[in-house]
Amino acid sequence: MIYIDSHDMAGWWTLVIALQVVFITTYYLWSKKRTRSHVLRSNEKPIEWNPKPLVEYDVEVEEPLIMGTLNENVLNFGSTSFLSLDKNETIIDSALKAMEKYGVGSCGPRGFYGTIDVHLELEERLAKFLEVEETCVYSYGFSTIASAIPSYAKRKDIVFVDECVWFAIQKGLDASRSKICYFKHNDMNDLERQLLEASEKKELNSRRRAFLIVEAIYLNTGKMCPLVRAVELARKFKLRIILDESLSIGVLGKHGRGITEYLNIPRDEIDLIVGSLEHSFATIGGFCAGTHFIVEHQRLSGLGYCFSASLPPMLTQAAISALDILEEKPSIIEELNDRSKMMNKALAKLDHYRYSGDEISPIKHVYLKDDLTDRLKHSYLRNIAAYCFEKGVAFAVSAYLRDVEHNCPEPSIRLVASRKIDNENLNLICTLLETAYKEVGPKPDLQPVQ
Amino acid sequence: MAAKKNGFVDIGDGDSLKTTKKSYEQDEKLINGKIKDRKNGYMKSTQSNGSTPKMTQVEGGGLPKIDWSKYDTFPGSFEKCSLLTAVLTHVGLYVLMFLGFVNQLIFKPKAATEKNREGYAPLYDPFEQFFSRYVYRRVRHCFNRPICSAPGAEVVLKEWESTDHNWTFKFTGVERRCVNLGSYNYLGFAGGEGAEGGCARAVADAVRRYGMAQGSSRAELGTTPLHLELERAVADFLGVEDAIVFGMGFATNTLSIPGLIGPGTLVLSDENNHASLILGLRLSRATVRVFRHNDVRHAEELARAALAERRWANVLLVVEGVYSMEGSVAALEGLVALKQALGLHLYVDEAHSVGALGSTGRGALQRCRVLAAHVDVLMGTFTKSFGAAGGYIAGPRRLVQWLRAHGHAHGYAHSMSCGVAAQVLAAVRALDAAPGRARVRALAQNTAYFRRRLRELGVVTFGHDDSPVVPMLVYTFSKMAATVERLTRAGVATVGVGFPATPLNMARIRFCLSASHTREQLDRCLLAVEQVADELGLRYSRRRPLAEPRPS
Repeated sequence: MIYIDSHDMAGWWTLVIALQVVFITTYYLWSKKRTRSHVLRSNEKPIEWNPKPLVEYDVEVEEPLIMGTLNENVLNFGSTSFLSLDKNETIIDSALKAMEKYGVGSCGPRGFYGTIDVHLELEERLAKFLEVEETCVYSYGFSTIASAIPSYAKRKDIVFVDECVWFAIQKGLDASRSKICYFKHNDMNDLERQLLEASEKKELNSRRRAFLIVEAIYLNTGKMCPLVRAVELARKFKLRIILDESLSIGVLGKHGRGITEYLNIPRDEIDLIVGSLEHSFATIGGFCAGTHFIVEHQRLSGLGYCFSASLPPMLTQAAISALDILEEKPSIIEELNDRSKMMNKALAKLDHYRYSGDEISPIKHVYLKDDLTDRLKHSYLRNIAAYCFEKGVAFAVSAYLRDVEHNCPEPSIRLVASRKIDNENLNLICTLLETAYKEVGPKPDLQPVQ
Repeated sequence: MAAKKNGFVDIGDGDSLKTTKKSYEQDEKLINGKIKDRKNGYMKSTQSNGSTPKMTQVEGGGLPKIDWSKYDTFPGSFEKCSLLTAVLTHVGLYVLMFLGFVNQLIFKPKAATEKNREGYAPLYDPFEQFFSRYVYRRVRHCFNRPICSAPGAEVVLKEWESTDHNWTFKFTGVERRCVNLGSYNYLGFAGGEGAEGGCARAVADAVRRYGMAQGSSRAELGTTPLHLELERAVADFLGVEDAIVFGMGFATNTLSIPGLIGPGTLVLSDENNHASLILGLRLSRATVRVFRHNDVRHAEELARAALAERRWANVLLVVEGVYSMEGSVAALEGLVALKQALGLHLYVDEAHSVGALGSTGRGALQRCRVLAAHVDVLMGTFTKSFGAAGGYIAGPRRLVQWLRAHGHAHGYAHSMSCGVAAQVLAAVRALDAAPGRARVRALAQNTAYFRRRLRELGVVTFGHDDSPVVPMLVYTFSKMAATVERLTRAGVATVGVGFPATPLNMARIRFCLSASHTREQLDRCLLAVEQVADELGLRYSRRRPLAEPRPS
């Protein structure tokens, strides 16, 4: 028997060690018992094992349009290079110089000699540009938001998301396993209603982390988020905001700092800003921006940051040069905004199509007005895009995984307004779309399919 | 090879594997965690040989037995440390955590705190914060070290120092040139023009022709003839029908696995699989069971138990070619035998092994003498051996078409940059010419030499003798940090890894060899390692060194 004398330290330590031994032995024996139950006990009927093949049947894949070289005379209205920096000579020259110095690949993740001085420079420059404390750069746009969300939102947390967020955010939410509440697209009243309900049911309480995830400009609809009201609601119900500014950095605001500059919201109201280098900066990659407190955490627990090779130095230098141009000549942003507004005016004149997209958003979606199934609409739009491609204009038919997406949008052509288009181009698009509709679009005597 | 075929039985021809639409949805629910092992009428048999199931007792459910003595199932050398070392390591960690606890009580940490968020639920888990501030912080200077040159055979480190116990760092302005044993540069393709690489002109041409990036996904406007050429070249290189390439290696796994398998599949995954595989498997919602590292017998046990449960649509084995923390090569011969005997599928992630293993650089498959046709899904990355970025999945045309239709990357993730694609193309073509083959041979020679010399030194190394990833065990956190510091001072840049990337008491130093390392550089490194081993006491190996040196 062990006499427990409260003044006898040795007695306490012995008790602690003894308890540890007991617990560890119990756990060990219990886990052994569990694995034993997996052991084969079927010595009765023989096992009829007919495994399903990994790929059950052949699939027909739509052949994508094959893009040519930069010099070919094709007007590109599908690539999201809003500021037309993808053909910029200065950027290409500086990137190739970086390639001569550093090679192509960085040959390691950020933790193991993959942190090159250009990465640190890009992070500092982005932090200064966006007027935040710190940024961290990822090597792929999709993985940025898909890794950022699960590093903060865990199984027991609750997340309020707009129902039209793009696929990468949906995958980030999948990985986080939190409770997800979708609210109607851009409908702040619906969000408020859901928040009130949740706080009444005590699902929102001070011990449970809650997040609000919205996009500044939605990729799937082209509309802008009513962020002022969203921030109010977030402060009232104590939600942390993760804002996906992939499409709005370099597009909104006088200097291109994004929707917070455009709507005059103080930047520290947003907990985490996630941006992409794949749109306005015309390279590959993504970044997360915020305070030291928030962004430091990603350097240790953002999966796409820690376990992936860092962004190739050539592409990092291209981003730095693009940032240089953006800071030097902020007038290009105004040019882009003008073009977006012009495009809206042009699209309003279309007969057989309707469109969606705010005036200032460079992304517009063009839908067929006919009442058909989604599959038929999609194939007609592809025919229309193929017809226009032959005539020298490239359109992107939005690609969706219909059975995996939550709230899959209607099939559409995603038009991108870039800085260099003019009225002539816009007239060309409109006439081409109308001609294509007449040639390869749905015929007027087509019965609407039930 | 013919003799080996006697060891296993063909499960049936293609007809019996083609299944009609079955109700796999009638999944039996687990009752209190117990598994019902009697299920009536769960699987309709479509076997065309018309044999009726025997009603007598059948051992092992009628599945063929495997004679493991016929295959190479060596999991790699993983010498265990003595009990004293294990105990001292644990004690050391407890002392560290106790000191951290005291530190936290007395001193205010210099870490950033959240402003303007009073009344909000705390963002981070308290233990995570404690570990990051008081344990990881002590060794933080060994990680995330910035470099300012190409990561070739030698690398230039930007030195930094901390005056406040690693809370913040400042560059000293000194740049130190070290032999690079930390970057993944197995074939020496890293580096710009004039250095070891020679693909710079192809890259410049491609960038000037197609631009830096296409700005669109492959399904939309992101496909160029260069991408198609690259896919053709990769498929030809690996000897398969078709391949698909992605812009990021991590994303290859996380965006393709969910498109390939679903909730009805059981996945048997190796203990030490990479985070991208684990995340991809989680996103796919398949059930995952883990088998001990490289232990084909344990995998067999789990597979047989799973088949007895009679509720899985199919079973997938997921392994890596070379494991980057253990330095071991997957026992592919045994795994293929297991797969063929029991009717499983096999997914091999050759991130570290493609280009680095095999007589012509075809990867772990070539080294283990396994045909590509025997592996269902071949995945790999271009970051390590090709000096670029991105990944690929290769296999039968049917598989690749399926991934284009159902994978998440085809429609949503932007296509690979054309400059990077050109680098990969040039590297793949170079590997089939004489200078490329010479690189593969040089890597094999460097690996054999380095591992032999380390063994002679008396340090514990893990893995197989021909794997270019060489982990040297130092067991304790503090020794790991001290070794990295001293080696850097001696001009050798290496990687130290500790908990949580490795088990608690097995911190290690990892050397990644390259074809571009010269014998003289390796000798310099080995001398430095020997000095540090003497200073810090790293000669843990209790094996007798080899009697005479083998010809290298």
